[in-house]
Amino acid sequence: MPVIKDGQLVEDDWTFMPDSVPLDEVSRPVISLARWQGESRALRVRNLRLGLRLPNDADPAAVGAELHRFALIELEFPTFRDGRAYSQARLLRERHGYLGELRAVGAIGRDQYFFLDRCGFDSVTVAGDEAELARALEGWFEAMAEISVPMQPASDRRPPASSLRERRRAAAGAS
Amino acid sequence: MTARIVTANGLRDGEVLYLARGGRWTRDLAEAEPAESPEAEAALMAIAEGAMRCRAVVEAYAMAVAVEEGTPHPLSQRERIRAAGPTVGTDIAIERGR
Amino acid sequence: MARRLSGDLDEDRFKPLRLMNGVYLQLHAYMLRVAIPYGTLDSREMCRLARIARVYDRGYGHFTTRQNIQFNWPKLAEVPDILADLAEVEMHAIQTSGNCIRNVTADHFAGAAADEVEDPRIHAEVIRQWSTLHPEFSFLPRKFKIAVTGAARDRAAINVHDIGLQMLRNEAGEPGFRVVVGGGLGRTPIVGPTIREFLPKAELLSYLEAILRVYNRLGRRDNPFKARIKILVASVGGDVFAAMVEEEWQALRGGSLDLPEEEVARIAAYFASPPFEALPAQDTGFEAMRFEDRDFARWCRTNLHAHKQQGYAILSISLKPVGGVPGDATAEQMEAVADLAERYGQDEIRVSHEQNLVLPHIRLRDVHAVWQGLVAAGLGAANIGLVSDIISCPGLDYCNLANARSIPVAQRIATRFADLDRQHDIGELKLKISGCINACGHHHVGHIGILGVDKKGSEFYQITLGGSAGEDASLGDIVGPAFSYDDVVDAVETLVETYVGLREKGERFLDAYRRLGPAPFKEALYAGH
Repeated sequence: MPVIKDGQLVEDDWTFMPDSVPLDEVSRPVISLARWQGESRALRVRNLRLGLRLPNDADPAAVGAELHRFALIELEFPTFRDGRAYSQARLLRERHGYLGELRAVGAIGRDQYFFLDRCGFDSVTVAGDEAELARALEGWFEAMAEISVPMQPASDRRPPASSLRERRRAAAGAS
Repeated sequence: MTARIVTANGLRDGEVLYLARGGRWTRDLAEAEPAESPEAEAALMAIAEGAMRCRAVVEAYAMAVAVEEGTPHPLSQRERIRAAGPTVGTDIAIERGR
Repeated sequence: MARRLSGDLDEDRFKPLRLMNGVYLQLHAYMLRVAIPYGTLDSREMCRLARIARVYDRGYGHFTTRQNIQFNWPKLAEVPDILADLAEVEMHAIQTSGNCIRNVTADHFAGAAADEVEDPRIHAEVIRQWSTLHPEFSFLPRKFKIAVTGAARDRAAINVHDIGLQMLRNEAGEPGFRVVVGGGLGRTPIVGPTIREFLPKAELLSYLEAILRVYNRLGRRDNPFKARIKILVASVGGDVFAAMVEEEWQALRGGSLDLPEEEVARIAAYFASPPFEALPAQDTGFEAMRFEDRDFARWCRTNLHAHKQQGYAILSISLKPVGGVPGDATAEQMEAVADLAERYGQDEIRVSHEQNLVLPHIRLRDVHAVWQGLVAAGLGAANIGLVSDIISCPGLDYCNLANARSIPVAQRIATRFADLDRQHDIGELKLKISGCINACGHHHVGHIGILGVDKKGSEFYQITLGGSAGEDASLGDIVGPAFSYDDVVDAVETLVETYVGLREKGERFLDAYRRLGPAPFKEALYAGH
C-alpha cells in the first residue's frame, strides 16, 4: 500500500499479515498485538524484522520494553472521527521513547495530516488512483504549511508559541 | 390522503426546497410532487440523490404530507415550521389577544 | 469551501470541516456560530458582529448560553467572507462545533466582581490557547466544554460542565483551582464530582491534558449518547476516575506544559484592570436619580451588581424584553451597546451564559446616562434574574434537533408576567426552557425548568422544579405529566402563585421549593385533573 512519508509518496513492502498466515511469505510483515502476545517466544527466536499493529484501544504499555523490537508500529483509524491513536502515538513517543516508524492506517485524510505529524507519526497510508494519490500528497504539503506556530507542545519539534516568546525574552535579556 | 414528498436544503443558501414535477426544486411546498407508493417515493429519492451528487442540495429526505385538493400539507410540526418559517413573531399576538 | 462547492469534497467529508468552522445546517438555513472567548468583547468586535448581522444576515444575531453568538441566515457561499470579516478583528468560528474542546466560558463578571480571587479569564485564555487545534484532542469521543469561575459564587455553571474550574486559595494563601469533572445536562444530567480540591495554578495544563488523555482513550465511542466524559466518570466512579487522572498526571507533570511565570504574566496583562478612578463609594447624582425616577430605581434593583472598585458598578443589559426572543439583539442594538461601552464602560462588553450582555465597569455617576441610552435602544428591560429573564434554546423554530418550540413558550410566559411590579414582587426566579433532551436551554438547572417533547406530533412540555446552576447546583425534579403548548403558561403561573402564597419573608422560589418539597406544587398543578 502506498504511504506518504517524509513528504514523498512511497510504495514500501510492509504488509499486515492476518494471524493465520505464515510470516515468511513477505519480507516485512506487520503482525497483530494478539499474535505477538501469543507467539512472542517463537517470533523472538526467528529474529525477523517485524512491524506491529496496535489496536486503538490498547495501552502501549502492554507491549512494554519489547516495543523497541519493532521497526514499525501501525496505529489504527477506523474512521477519522476516532482519535484514540493520537494519544497512543504521543504515549509511544513521549512516554515510551519509541524511535521506530509510526504509521497511521485507515480512514485518514488531508485534514488530519497536520495533527498526525504533530503527534509523532512518520507515515500515513493513502489509497486511490494516481490522480488521487497526487492530490493526497499535495494536501499533505498544504496541511504542513497551514499552521506555522502551534499553540501547545506535542511530539514534534515545532516550538509552541509560548516557548518562542520565552526564547525571545531570554535573548532580549542576554543582549 | 397521506403521501410523501421529498425535501432538502439548498447547498449554497441552505434554504428549504421541495422536489417538484420534472426533477425541479422549488421553495413552494404547494408545487411539491407527492409520491403515493413506495416505488414512486424511491423514484423521487433517486432524483434527489442525483441532485446531492451534483451539489444542488444537501440532506434530502422524504416526509409525510396530507394531500388536500391536490395540495400537500405537512403532517409534523417540524415540517410545518420548516415550510412556513419561524413562529417566533406570531405567537405574541395570540397571547395578547387572550 | 471552494473544495465543497466545486465538488472536490462531498457532504460526508465536508460536514465535519463545516462543523469545525461553526457552520451548521438548521431547519431553514445554515447557521454560523462565532466564538466569543469567555464572553469578552470590545466595541470594535461588537460593531463587527453588528455589521455581519446587517450585511450577511437578517439584521440580528442570537447570543447563546455558551457566551457565543449565532447567525441564523448566512449563505454558505458567503461564509468565507464572514470569516474574513471576523478575522480582521481577530475573531473566528473555529472549535465552536465538532468533537473538540469548545469555546472556554467564564464568569461574565470576571475582572469586575467584588468577590473574585483572581480574574478567571487569564486561565480561560491559557486554556483557550492550549486547546486551539490541539493535535491529540481534536477528535474526542464527543464535544468538550470547560468553564472557569474566579469566585466562590458560581456564575459560570461549573458543576454542569465537562470540566469546571473554581479558583480558590489553599491554606498557604496560594491561588489554584478546584477541579470538577463529568458534570453535564443533556439526556443524562449530572452534577459533576470534584476530583481535585486544589490544583496549583502553574500545573493547570498538565492536569487538563491528563484528564483529556484519559477521556480520549477510554471514553465510549460506540454510542454518541454515551460518549460524553460524564458517562465515563459516572461508570467508573469519581474516585476511580480521579485516580486514573492522577496516574497520568504524575507521568506528565513537570514538563513543557507548565507555563513560565512570565508567560502567565504576559497573558494576565491583557486582562489588567482598566485605570479606575478613585471615587467615593456613593455618588449623589446617582442617588438622586434613583430617588426621583421610579423606572430607573427599579432597573437598578435588578440590573446593577457590586463592583470590586468603589464608585463603580457592574451593569447587566437584559436581552429579554417582554415578547422578544431571548438572547437576540439587532445590529442597531449591538452598535448602541458598543457605543455605550466605548463612552462609559472602558470599552468592555461581556456576554453572559444567561443570554444577556454586561458592561462590567461603569462609574456610578454614569449609570443613569447609560440606562437612558439602553432604554432608547430598546434594551431597558429591568428583569435580570426575574421570571421573564428566561434562558431559552432556539427550539423547533430553528434547530434541526429540537422536538418542540422553546422561544414562543418563553415569549408567552414573559408576556403573561409582563407587569414589572409583579415580577419584582415574585423576586429571583430562574426559568429555563429547552426544546429537546439535549438541554441547550439548561432546563435541568432552572428553578423552574421546561422541557419540550414531541407526543405523537404535538408539542408537550415537562416541568422540573428545584434545579440550580450555581454553587448550590442541583438538578430539578420532574413534577408530573407534561402540559400542552396551550396549557404550559397557565401551569407556570400556577407554580408561581403557589410559591407566592407559601413563601416566608425574603424567601426565593428556590428556597421555598427546597423547604416545602414538590407536594404543594404538584397539588396545585394536578388537583382536579
